[in-house]
Amino acid sequence: MNDLIFKILISIGVIFNLFGCIGLIRLPDVYNRLQSATKCVTLGTCSILLSLVFKFGFSEIGMKGIIAIPLLFFASTVAAHALIKGAHFFGVKLGDQSMIDDYEKDKEKKSKK
Amino acid sequence: MRYIVLFFILLIVWLVLTFDLTFPNLLVGALAAIITTVIFGPHFVRDVRKFFQPQRYLWLLIFLIVFVWECLKANFDVAYRVLHPAMPIKPGIVKVKLNLKSDIAKTILANAITMTPGTISVDLVDDILYVHWIYVSSFDPEIYSHKVAGRFEKYIKRIFD
Repeated sequence: MNDLIFKILISIGVIFNLFGCIGLIRLPDVYNRLQSATKCVTLGTCSILLSLVFKFGFSEIGMKGIIAIPLLFFASTVAAHALIKGAHFFGVKLGDQSMIDDYEKDKEKKSKK
Repeated sequence: MRYIVLFFILLIVWLVLTFDLTFPNLLVGALAAIITTVIFGPHFVRDVRKFFQPQRYLWLLIFLIVFVWECLKANFDVAYRVLHPAMPIKPGIVKVKLNLKSDIAKTILANAITMTPGTISVDLVDDILYVHWIYVSSFDPEIYSHKVAGRFEKYIKRIFD
């Protein structure tokens, strides 16, 4: 039973990592690419780490897997935030399909003052 | 007080990570925890009494369940947009007003928003959060504030504020 859950979780993880990588290639601009890179890849990797608990139980390896999940979560969200803020700071334009950019508007307002 | 709490949290993390309860390991862990506490202590949570209020942990548990569910939905949403041949996206950056006070609550909310359906937090200026959204479904600030932050705000207010 545990072996089955282990295999299912690993498969989910690999599939979501694949989706994340496809998104990284297909989506139009930096901002949208980061979306798929953070969400799909983080869930995929967390799923693989969680599967270790079912394979090895609450032993040395399983506990390390559990601790790695929050670390990975905070690392990937903070990295995404830093990258997206940096991209905006250095003037990378949003893609053609973009609807609205409040951040740019507010920055212009501030620089006029 | 808060230095002591931080020290014990770090020591427990070290012990779980190394999984070895011998004396030399404990000594090394304590040393590492002391060094980390001295360096990062001033940035730790101001009011440590929050750690000893059990109802916060209950809300944290509920929040984690809601969060994992939202996270799964986010992943299927992004996977659908990526695999759809026409790519139904309408990206844009919107601003959301927060009602949270403490810094740690704002940080956790920004991180939670990054992990949920099609949104990444771009910048936080005072209490306005700029959010990049992969599918902007309305231009009314009331509606999208609720859609982006409303789901988590009430839980995070109870846990961290």
